[in-house]
Amino acid sequence: MGDERVSEHEPDPGHGEPQLRAHLVVERPRFRLDIELTAAAGQVIALLGPNGAGKTTALRALAGLTPLSEGHITLDGRPLHSLPVERRPIGVVFQDYLLFPHLSALDNVAFGPRCRGASKHDARRTASAWLERVDLEEHAAAKPRQLSGGQAQRVALARALAVEPRLLLLDEPLAALDAHTRLEIRSRLRRHLGDFDGATILVTHDPLDAMVLADHLVVIENGGVVQQGAPAEVARRPRTDYVARLVGLNLYRGVADEQQVTVGDVVFSVTERIHGPVFIAFPPSAVALFRTRPDGTPRNLWQARIEGIERHGDNVRVHLEGPIAVAADITPAAVADLDLTAGQEVWAAVKATETHAYPA
Amino acid sequence: MVLAVAGMAFLVLPLAGLLVRAPWSTMPERLAEPQVLEALRLSLVTATIATAVCLVLGVPLAWLLARVPFPGRRLVRALVTIPLVLPPVVGGVALLLVLGRRGLVGQWLESTFGFSLPFTTAGVVVAEAFVAMPFLVISVEGALRAADLRYEEAAATLGASRWIVFRRVTMPLIAPGIVAGAVLCWARALGEFGATITFAGNFPGRTQTMPLAVYLALETEPDAAIVLSLLLLVVSVAILAGLRDRWVTSA
Repeated sequence: MGDERVSEHEPDPGHGEPQLRAHLVVERPRFRLDIELTAAAGQVIALLGPNGAGKTTALRALAGLTPLSEGHITLDGRPLHSLPVERRPIGVVFQDYLLFPHLSALDNVAFGPRCRGASKHDARRTASAWLERVDLEEHAAAKPRQLSGGQAQRVALARALAVEPRLLLLDEPLAALDAHTRLEIRSRLRRHLGDFDGATILVTHDPLDAMVLADHLVVIENGGVVQQGAPAEVARRPRTDYVARLVGLNLYRGVADEQQVTVGDVVFSVTERIHGPVFIAFPPSAVALFRTRPDGTPRNLWQARIEGIERHGDNVRVHLEGPIAVAADITPAAVADLDLTAGQEVWAAVKATETHAYPA
Repeated sequence: MVLAVAGMAFLVLPLAGLLVRAPWSTMPERLAEPQVLEALRLSLVTATIATAVCLVLGVPLAWLLARVPFPGRRLVRALVTIPLVLPPVVGGVALLLVLGRRGLVGQWLESTFGFSLPFTTAGVVVAEAFVAMPFLVISVEGALRAADLRYEEAAATLGASRWIVFRRVTMPLIAPGIVAGAVLCWARALGEFGATITFAGNFPGRTQTMPLAVYLALETEPDAAIVLSLLLLVVSVAILAGLRDRWVTSA
């Protein structure tokens, strides 16, 4: 199926030339989305960001459901933004799937091919092939309300792919699923995205979905791109508090001089040799707490007050205030040993080898 | 509690009275009278045609009111619902003034097509449709407003044009609303009296529908009036019962 599709289209516009190039500007009262996106064929881009950041607006703009105030969208070298929704070669999976309640699973999937000119018979054949690919052929006659969440999601994916889109848009495709189903559907989705030869834009607020499914992350906050890169790179070197919290790191801005980074009143020694404004990041598990001032180097050491204590997985997360706000993960045994309570003064230390400094 | 029972009695007793006073012994002959059958046939046919007219004109109108923002939309909606509160006789008079032989549009109709509506069966349909259409428009407009627009967006992303979206997604989604509106519309048309007698007159076989026949019979032959009333009651209840399970409850 993939081979046919490639031959139908113009020759490859050349290596490195992205399949999708978009500059999306949507003006709203008190909100402005302004982002640039590029995606190569076969690439999966995740738009990650907090609620209200503009992720879904960006997706709707790509689909043509929300008009652009400015900017452009080019897909396969052709302008997309001047086409009405129904003429765009796109497939969309909506957050709550929006399967047509009056049509069977098969007819939902056949809807797209039928609208794009296939005969009733051909559309149904295409649809049943797609249902087979998502392992739902025995549910072809079921109405959407008879399907489980995971099954509905797969029908929605089949429906979006059945029109053989060049651009696949997924809006929080796993958000409506329970934890167990989510795990299974995530790996299925990953497989289908691997088979898809067009570009995929995935909107999510779940860092795990983004890390597992995407080749490239674009983090959006307040309508603008704040960071992008490969998932591992973004996870290792967060550039905003939001990203740092998502990937579970403490993040600060400081000034570096050789192997020393100053953040407010605290001085960190680091392994990198850099100068000027930097970010410094370290995981909560790298922070050790002491009742009294430990001996040795004054670096990587500061006095803090416990703001709160909460369970965090198998460990205990201690929130510290003081010169810098820090999250520290320690074992329940350590909490008992140190007899920690909120409001208490403690000393906090971080090992130099567990910090990571990079240019801001 | 007492008031509730009184309220129920108030609604049910007259219907019971109809049953008690009905001339059961002579019922079969009376029902077979050509005049009764004629009136019944005329009523059913005109109410059904009027409902069809309301569907053809009312659904697009409801769509316009629900989906297309235009200046003066609220005014148009108010105007559309006027027949709902207008005394039907006034509606009949208004129709005569516009569509009558000397009316604004009627004059032109007559001179151009040699065709005149008042006092014809077509006139009955016009009078019924005029009075009944707001029921359909309001019901369909409500269904359109309640329908989730995002299904239509999903259909558009799959390549469906506006018309396909309306036909294959919007219409099925609002089908219960359309059916409920059509039933209300049909029932209203079936019982229509004031506008019909004013605009279309009372000619047996041509414009004399059941309600007109009941009224006329009441003066000359009270028993016949009761029979006709019972017949109307049975038809109404049958429609209500027949549709309730399938549409009204699931809507």
